[in-house]
Order: sequence, then C-alpha cells, then structure tokens
Amino acid sequence: MSTMTDNFVPRRKKRITGRSIAILAFLAMCAAFFCIPLYVVIVTSFKTMDQIRLGEIFSLPVTWTLEPWREAWSEACSGIKCEGVSAGFFASLKILFPSLILSLSVSSVTGYALALWNVRWAGTFMFILFMCAFVPFQIIMIPMIILTGKIGVYGTIWGVAVVHAVLALPILTLIFRNFYKDIPGEIMQAAIMDSGSFWRIYREIILPMSANIFIVVLILQITSIWNDFLIGITFGGLNNKPMTVILANTVISATGESSYNVDMAAALLTAIPPLLIYFVLGKFFVQGITAGAIKG
Amino acid sequence: MPTIAFEHIYKDYGSLRVLADLNLSVDDGEFLVLLGPSGCGKTTLLNMLAGLQDVTAGTIRIGEEDITELDPKDRGLAMVFQSYALYPTKSVRGNLKFGLAAQKLDRAEIDRRVQWAAELLQITPLMDRKPAHLSGGQRQRVAIGRALVKNVDVFLFDEPLSNLDAKLRTEMRLEIKTLHEQTKSTIVYVTHDQIEAMTMATRIAVMDGGVIQQFGTPDEVYETPANLFVAGFIGAPAMNILDATITSSGPQASATLSDGTKIDLSHYEFTANPNEGQAVKVGLRPEHFDTSGKGGVVSLTLPVASRERTGSDATIFLKFGDDLIAVRAEPAEARDVMVGDNFAVSFPAGKLNLFDAQTGQRM
Repeated sequence: MSTMTDNFVPRRKKRITGRSIAILAFLAMCAAFFCIPLYVVIVTSFKTMDQIRLGEIFSLPVTWTLEPWREAWSEACSGIKCEGVSAGFFASLKILFPSLILSLSVSSVTGYALALWNVRWAGTFMFILFMCAFVPFQIIMIPMIILTGKIGVYGTIWGVAVVHAVLALPILTLIFRNFYKDIPGEIMQAAIMDSGSFWRIYREIILPMSANIFIVVLILQITSIWNDFLIGITFGGLNNKPMTVILANTVISATGESSYNVDMAAALLTAIPPLLIYFVLGKFFVQGITAGAIKG
Repeated sequence: MPTIAFEHIYKDYGSLRVLADLNLSVDDGEFLVLLGPSGCGKTTLLNMLAGLQDVTAGTIRIGEEDITELDPKDRGLAMVFQSYALYPTKSVRGNLKFGLAAQKLDRAEIDRRVQWAAELLQITPLMDRKPAHLSGGQRQRVAIGRALVKNVDVFLFDEPLSNLDAKLRTEMRLEIKTLHEQTKSTIVYVTHDQIEAMTMATRIAVMDGGVIQQFGTPDEVYETPANLFVAGFIGAPAMNILDATITSSGPQASATLSDGTKIDLSHYEFTANPNEGQAVKVGLRPEHFDTSGKGGVVSLTLPVASRERTGSDATIFLKFGDDLIAVRAEPAEARDVMVGDNFAVSFPAGKLNLFDAQTGQRM
C-alpha cells in the first residue's frame, strides 16, 4: 500500500481557459437565438389579452390561462369558418398517411433495385435523379398541376400524396440506395440462387433488414409533409387544407384586434406533432443514420 | 446423371481477360476442388457455374443441358458461401425454408426436408434461433443445411471454411467429406488451402493466372506435378527446387547441380527427351530425403542453417549456396543437430521431379 501512495501523483485538473469561455459564450448565444423566440411564443400563448396589450413580451403570465389553446384548437376563425386548427389537424393526418405510404414504398423499391440488381444505365439514372433533387418545386408546379389534373387526382388527398412522393423520390431513393449498397453481396447472391424473385427477396429478406433506414426516412418525411404549405394549398383543393394552411389563415385573417395568444397557441399546436415524432423515434433516428454495415 | 462441363470458357472484366479458352469436365459424384492463389480465377469460374456472373464466351453444361444462359435458380445447384450469407432476420428454420423458395413444394414436403437436413447436420435444437446467436461452426452448418434441403445433384462451395478456427476447420472438413459420401452428389469446391484440397478432393484442378495448371487426383498432383507452379504450390514445406544442367542424355542420363554434384537420372521416366547442356530444375520433396545419407541418386553433405519443429515433424534447413534446402526429419533426430554442423542426406531414385527451366513443364 505504501508504495502505491508514495507514487500517487494526481494529474492536474483541466482548467477553464479563455478559449473554452469563448466557445461557451458563442454556444450560449446560438442557443439563445433559438430559445428566446420560442420562450416568447410559449409564454404569450398562456397570457390573457389584457396582459399582452401592456406590451411586455418577455414577462411571465400574471394569470396562467389555457383559454387561448382551447380557442385555437376549436374556435379560431380561418377565413369564414371558425372551427379552430383542429380541422386542419385531421386534414393533415389524412394527407400524411397516403403521402408516407406512397413516397416510402416507391423510393425504397427504387433504391433496392438500383443498389442490388443489375439495372441497365443505373449510373446515368442515379445521376439524373440526383440532379432532380436540386430542381426547385416552384419551377415544376404549374406542369404538375396540369399533370395531376390529367390523371384525375388534382384537388384530392391523392393529388397531394402523388406530388409529395414525386418530390421526395430523388433524395429518398439516394438514402435507400446507399443503405442497401452495404448489404453484403453474398446475401443477395444466396437469395438470387434460392428464390430469384425480385419481389419475394424484397419482401422476405431486404424489407426486414431495413427497419433502421425506414425510421430515418419516416422522420424526414413526416416532418416535411407536416410542415409543407405550398403543396397542400396548391394540390389539396378546398376541402383538404392541411394544418399549416389553416394556421396561416388564422394568423393573417383576424378582423379587428389580433389575438396574439390564440395565434401563438395555434402555431404551437401545429408544431407539436413532428416534435413528438422526434422525441419518440429520435433514438432510432441516431441509430439509423450511424448504422453503416449490416453484420450478417 | 449430370457431369459438369466447361467448354471454351472466356471471361473478360472490361478489357481485362481473366479466363481464356478454359476447358474442364467433372464426372458425376466427383468432389472437384478448384485450388489456386488469390486472383487465379477460381471463384470467377464457380460464380459462372452458379450463374452469378456472365460468361463472355463459351458454354457450360450440366449433363446434356446447356445452362450458360439459365437463371441461377433454374440451374439445379446449391451453393455455400464463404461468409455463410445467412439471412440475418430469419430464424434457422426460416433460412432453410427460404432455400426452397424457388421450388414449388407443398408444406409437408418442405417440413420433411427441413427436418431431414436439420437432423443430418445436428442443428435441430437451434431451429428457432437467429444467425446472430449462432457460433461460427453452427452458422456453417446452417449454410450447408440451406444447400442440402434443395435436394440437388450439384453443390458448390466457395471457401466455406476460411472463416473458421483451425480446430473447427478440421472437424468441418471431415463432415463435408462424409456428407459427400452419403449424398453421392457432385461437389465443386473452391479453396486456396492445399490441405483442404488434398484431404477432400477426388480430383483437384490447380489454377494460376486463369489457366488450369494441372487437373488430376490429389496423388497425381502431389507426386507428379505437371509444372513448376504446381510443384511449388502444393506441399508444405514446399518442394526444394534446384538449378541443374543435363550433362548426358540417353539411357545413362545425368545432370549436375550448380555446385557440381552429380545426379543419376538413369531411373527417371522422362516425358520429354533431354538435350545435353539443357538447363533444368530439379524438384526434391523435403520428406523424401534419406537422412542416413546413404544410397540414392543425389548425395549432399551441407551445413545446417536452422531447424524447426512443427508438432509431429521437424524440418532441418541446409545451406546450399544462397538457397536453403528443407529436409523432413524425425523430431528426435533434429534435436541432436547443431546449427553449423555438416549434415549428410541422400535422395532416392523414383521420387525426383525434373522440369524444363525455360518452360517450367515437367520433363
């Protein structure tokens, strides 16, 4: 024991240096940049209009009230309808599921074919697809309206779903393809010798191995579909306005006094679903994007 | 019953030609081992037989049928891969069943075959496990099982033992050999391991640079290598290959080593007539040396450079000019030999190999 204590020379603790203080200060500023507006939105949504009129936007609510939230959900006026953002919530859900199913199924099968089967001109196809990812939506919006009109889905849920699927196809196909590229070649060779069927191999071998990447793509797609405004307002028609559209109308179209507390509550209500998805699936998201090779 | 025939096979990768006019035929029930160093084209040949790679030119037949353009699943083959290639999300049972995906069988027949293979390979207790929960040897068995259930006449193995440890490898070697004897099927087996080739094959095709260097039984390949490549590749420690010159031809043929030692070739069965003054290579296997140093066609007394023991055997290395000559010895004998001592060995008639120094071909 004595020799051990004799040799016991503690290492010096790491000291806080000027550099680390600077880094911390910078990071704190970055955090504040996002947190301060969020703070204002949250506290405003719990205030009464009487307190808001005083103009102290950073103060905490004097009396906490849930009334703006209730009003935002079920009574706030968007245009001439006064049903709150709840109508938009259900419309968004109705848009979300067909869009997800369509975009995920098409892009995962395309990625699977490009990665694991000998597709003629696969390289060229990938290049064109990659270029498509950079085309702004606004450029092809009018042709898309004509196209969806021709196939009879313009102004319906499926019209929105088709447009979401088409626009997401380049980037999602790339993600799926890069994931499937890492599946060991011998597994695919074995499957080709055992079955040889494109769909059966996809269904029984490849799909069960894709859980991680599906969660990554699911989160990306849910966020982008839920937060979308332009596709929903353009292709959904009058009866399928998503939550974002209802929210915008609520905030813009108030006559007389603006109910800031109701607007803030409506904005938060609209933002909550993707946040929830992140909280629930966030763990898998990190696993998914770091999962490189699949160990056989 | 099927024989496998490769006829005038060519294979190009872009502008690189890896196989040129390759011909090979395997009889029914044979255990053919394709043996060669990495990049010799043996796996390419196997993949072409399996249908996993295209043939640039030529024909592959199984029996009378031309299978060159057939889909892999329609060729009536089963393959075991180096990495086992088990489906990670399926249980052992699921893996075996998927092996039958291309065959339209009723459920009872599928269950019967899966159970038969499981019992044969003794993996019945593992049937509901996922591959990730199996050891290397168990995975290997499942991979073989997935091939067995197909009930085909031809099995392909692509270096199936190279991911196992030495002890398991020996066990699995025996099991595969037993399996071959039980099923009487034709097996094409790719490996770079000469011990696997020597122990399991009924015939070996030694390949190098995309060319079949020799095709014969393990004994033929070992005893009478067709050329210098085969002589050097097969055998461990490797055959000693020494430069020599033919000093006289005819019935009293003889040659001289670079240090002047005379070799009596009067008993050697020439396949090509030697010319006087021709440069040749003499091949002497380490285990054929007589350590008593008496008799034989060559006698050498050389200083010992080093010695090593490899379990049941020992090898003594003798200095011959700048080269070393390996001599197999009894461990007890090798223990008494000191480095630097002179050691006398002789080489018996009839075991010697002679190659043309220019072409490398057996003489």
